[in-house]
Amino acid sequence: MSLPIERRRNTAYRHDGLWTAALIHRVSGILLACFLPLHFLALGLAIEGEAALGGFLRWTESTGVKFAEMGLVFLLTVHMLGGIRLMLIENLPWRPGQKRAAMTAIVIALVIAALFVVRII
Amino acid sequence: MTELRLYILQRVTAFLMIPLILAHVFVIFYATSNGLKAGDILARTQGSVGWALFYGLFVLLAAIHGAIGVRTVLREWADLSRTTASIASGALAALLFALGMRAVIAVVMPGGAL
Repeated sequence: MSLPIERRRNTAYRHDGLWTAALIHRVSGILLACFLPLHFLALGLAIEGEAALGGFLRWTESTGVKFAEMGLVFLLTVHMLGGIRLMLIENLPWRPGQKRAAMTAIVIALVIAALFVVRII
Repeated sequence: MTELRLYILQRVTAFLMIPLILAHVFVIFYATSNGLKAGDILARTQGSVGWALFYGLFVLLAAIHGAIGVRTVLREWADLSRTTASIASGALAALLFALGMRAVIAVVMPGGAL
C-alpha cells in the first residue's frame, strides 16, 4: 500500500551522482570502523609471539581473503579521497566539475585496489 | 563536546591522517610484495620508536575519527538521541584506542610479548 502523497519523501536527490559519492564515503567509513577492531585483534596476536601472528597470516594466503584485502584497500583509499574531496568543497570556493572529481576519486581507488590484488595473486 | 567541536575534530583528524594513510597504503604494497610474513613485519617494527609513534598516532586519530563518524551515522540513520549516540561513539573510541594500542605494543615491543 503506497503512502498518501503528503507523507511521501522526495528521494529524487538519490539519482544525483554526488549523492552516490557521499553514500560511498559514508558506507566505506562504516565498513572501515567495523574492520578496524578485527585488524587490531589480528595484529595483537603478536603479543603471543611470532608463531601466533604467522598462523593467522597463513590464513590470509587464500585467494578469497586476498580479494577481501583488495576490498579493504579500496575502502581505505576511496574513503580518504572522498574525505579530501569533502574538505576541499568545505574550505575552497565552489568549482564546477564536482561529479567528475568524485568519479576520478572512485576510479583512482579502484585502480589502486586492482594493482594491489594483481601484485599479491 | 559541542557539535561544532566534534565537526572540527573530525576534519582535523582526517587532515592529519592523510599522510599516514598514504604511508600505510605504501607499506601494505611493500609488505605484501613477497607474501605477508609475520617475521618480516616484526623485524621492521620491533624496537622501532619511529613505527611506535607512527602507529600510535594513527590509532589515536583513527579511534577519534571513526567514533565521531559512527556517531553522525547513528544520529542521522538510526535516529538515536544525542546522548545515546555520544555514549555509543565514546565506547567505540575507547574500544578502538585500547585494541589499537594493544596491537601497536604487540608489534613494536622487542620480543613481541609483554
